[in-house]
Amino acid sequence: MRQGAGPSLRRNFTVLGAVCVVYLLATLLVTNSYYQLIMTLVPVWALFGVSWNILSGYGGQLSFGHASFFGIGAYTVTLAMVRWALTPWLGIPLGMLLGGLAAVLIGIPTFRLRGHYFALSMLAYPLAILYVMQYLGFQEVSMPMYREHALRYMEFSEPRVYTLIGVLLLIGGVVVSVIIEKSRFGLALLAIRQNELAAEAAGINARRWKMLSLIVSGMLGALVGGFYARVLLVVTPESVFGMLVSAQAVVVTLFGGVASVWGPVIGAAILVPLAETLQAELGTYLPGIQGVVYGIAIIAIMLLSPDGLFWTIRDRLLRHEAAHGVSEVTAVAPDVKLASDGWALAPAPLLPSARRSGPLLQVQGLSRSFGGLRAVAEVSFEVAEGEILGIIGPNGAGKTTLFNVLNGVLSADEGSARLDGRSMLGRKTYEVCRMGVGRTFQVVRSFPRLPVLDNVIVGAYGAGMSDRDAVARATQALREVGLHGRAGVPAGQLTNKQLRLMELARALAGNPRLLLLDETLAGLGREECDEVLAVLAHLRGQGMTICIIEHTMHAMMRLADRFVVLDHGRVLATGFPRTVVEDAAVIEAYLGKKWLTRREA
Amino acid sequence: MDPEILVENVLNAITAGITIGCIYGLMCIGLGLIFGIMRIVNFAQGELLMLGMFTSFYLVSEGRILSFLGPYWGPFIGAMCAAPAIFVAGAALHRFLVSRVSGLRTVGSLDEGHFGQLVVTLGISLILQNGGQILFGSTPVAVRTPLSSQAFQVGPVYGSATVFLNKAKLVAFVVAVLAAIGLYLVLEYTRLGKALRAAADNPTAATYMGIDVDRAYRIAFGLGSGITAVAGGLMATYISFGPFVGFDYVIIMYSGVVLGGMGSIFGAFWGGVTVGFVQQFSALVLPPQLQNAAIFVVFLMIVLLRPQGLFGRSAERA
Repeated sequence: MRQGAGPSLRRNFTVLGAVCVVYLLATLLVTNSYYQLIMTLVPVWALFGVSWNILSGYGGQLSFGHASFFGIGAYTVTLAMVRWALTPWLGIPLGMLLGGLAAVLIGIPTFRLRGHYFALSMLAYPLAILYVMQYLGFQEVSMPMYREHALRYMEFSEPRVYTLIGVLLLIGGVVVSVIIEKSRFGLALLAIRQNELAAEAAGINARRWKMLSLIVSGMLGALVGGFYARVLLVVTPESVFGMLVSAQAVVVTLFGGVASVWGPVIGAAILVPLAETLQAELGTYLPGIQGVVYGIAIIAIMLLSPDGLFWTIRDRLLRHEAAHGVSEVTAVAPDVKLASDGWALAPAPLLPSARRSGPLLQVQGLSRSFGGLRAVAEVSFEVAEGEILGIIGPNGAGKTTLFNVLNGVLSADEGSARLDGRSMLGRKTYEVCRMGVGRTFQVVRSFPRLPVLDNVIVGAYGAGMSDRDAVARATQALREVGLHGRAGVPAGQLTNKQLRLMELARALAGNPRLLLLDETLAGLGREECDEVLAVLAHLRGQGMTICIIEHTMHAMMRLADRFVVLDHGRVLATGFPRTVVEDAAVIEAYLGKKWLTRREA
Repeated sequence: MDPEILVENVLNAITAGITIGCIYGLMCIGLGLIFGIMRIVNFAQGELLMLGMFTSFYLVSEGRILSFLGPYWGPFIGAMCAAPAIFVAGAALHRFLVSRVSGLRTVGSLDEGHFGQLVVTLGISLILQNGGQILFGSTPVAVRTPLSSQAFQVGPVYGSATVFLNKAKLVAFVVAVLAAIGLYLVLEYTRLGKALRAAADNPTAATYMGIDVDRAYRIAFGLGSGITAVAGGLMATYISFGPFVGFDYVIIMYSGVVLGGMGSIFGAFWGGVTVGFVQQFSALVLPPQLQNAAIFVVFLMIVLLRPQGLFGRSAERA
């Protein structure tokens, strides 16, 4: 659990308990059997939405094929009952097991894709299974009845019992969802959704978390599917693998509020009764009315409140609170105390006494081409511990590509790069980060919807710290860059300078031995520049080793111990700032030959 | 298997692959304009195909406005009439819904607005499918033409192996190829075509060059819709269809576009032809129920193994 999760957990569970009790009491008033069925379907689709939300809401891996898991659960329960007379009490867990297995099999190839390719591919799975099911002759499978062993086979003549079971399952799903949201799992998913590359560079193993979310999501989906089959007593490929099933999950979650525990519950509570009632009342004249309602609902919600009802209402309430002067900042940032007490993981030994003789970073003959263009060509340099190395060069010189190769975003064609003797090449970005390499980006890559503190905690989690240490380290890192006053503000509200500093804090939170800073001063005014420089100077005082790409020469002259000049991918010059700026080749690369001849004349 | 039957089956699969493939090719060009070039993820493309089929059906069936054209010319003219009708529908969809989640509005935003596009077009798709069920009913219909039960007979070429060319498919094939060539010429050589391609390639730069990007997008979306609708009208002459038919083809379209390489009209056409071939050849070895599953498997393999397409080159920048 993340720090500060306690009270909000308690609040969430109180609300959940109260809502469920009221809901169950309400079922006592309903006597019409069709409406009783609707009362059961609300928690069913809500739970399916919760399942979808874990993968697609928090993790941002948009899936239009969640019916795969739903259908697998439904068919497992039904076929196990038909073939082996297996009770749904065991059939549902079996279905969940198969759902989890399917998640792994689907995830391994599909997570290689991103964005819309991922969404489209996920769509293909349930449809392919649908046709296979038809081919295998499972057109319509009914569950056998076991009147004498009703309880043992989850067979109740009182429909309210199904509603009760449905509500209990939903409670279970919501608890899982809340735990995920409040843990490092949830933070990792949110970070991946908002900026996968930044998450990787902060040490988050995106692949692993995405896979885990798919497995949890798939198991929950199979759970709902199995229960749904038990409630309806009959399954067809279309009713459990069909497009409308996948759409249900998407629709209730988007409508209610994406990436919120309550979203799917709110969405299902409004849309399911609405659509089902319309279907019951008008279905004979207007046979597709349910789908039309869903279609209109998601278009309207997308255009009017793209994140769903929950967020729109919450934002409105928060704005109201803010207007009354309630400051969230002080409540969230625990400040000094946490930082000073009980450090399990002291900040990495950065003091000069820890310096060793050999270079910290050793790059030799590093090359990387794009097609015919050699963006980085046989680059060699060294960085000593505690040194600040400035990497300069005209636009397109290959500076950012060099960083991308060093921290595993791109692979190298040849050459070597060693951190403290260990090779950095051939590793994934998050692995390089865990070796002790922090990175900031030319264009700030933040997680705009997360508070500043959480943004920085991502970096601490990436380094594998415990919850307690992560919060303490992140708070301290914010303090080091002077942003501790803004800890509770969503990153999207920061100024450019603050974003740069926050990104720096995020890199620091992972206790790096080496920082790769890509144009940290870009777009800053003179005074802002000085503030950031002061922070960097402070880091140097602590013995931090830094490679910085920068165009602002006056800043670089003050900051860097040595320069490496790149041009057309090659090292043009290396040396002390004074010598380098006097170097004829460097002047030519920057200002052209003409200028050089005039100067010499 | 008897070699004569094998030869006959293979030859017929080849001819059917070419004819149906080219019709798929036309269908894929429509999505190629929208997805391949403008990068708008349109989930409702299958429903535009369905609307094309029904437009043609309601124009040329007995007692309708174009029924005087007769069963030979009517269905194909009806298919072409679907183009302007669905062009307008597509442009309107873009104007009121799709443009709000695509184009200049989403340049540089989180995931380039794909989330919003997927959701909005999924909504459109649900409305059109289910609304179609309300308007058209769920009983499958067909555009009747005597041509669909007539065939040219070539051969026997090997023993008794004979190639049969279904006349409806043959005419549809010719119309599809002509439409594809026409569109290609328009995009390549007219002012409008250049504006469309410029707007799609780099909307921001196009704005600076004085191109009305919103209008260009609207037209391109309408064109993409209309082209797919023509393909739908042509297909309506040899298959029966209902309001949910679009779904079977949306994956085929995406397969074709991705296979042909994003951003290439020509590629989309060849992608469609390839998918048509795969489908016809899978019919030789697979039971009919699994043919659609085969398409999905092919689609998955394409996006997993060669997401840059058969003819494209990947260019991703971190």
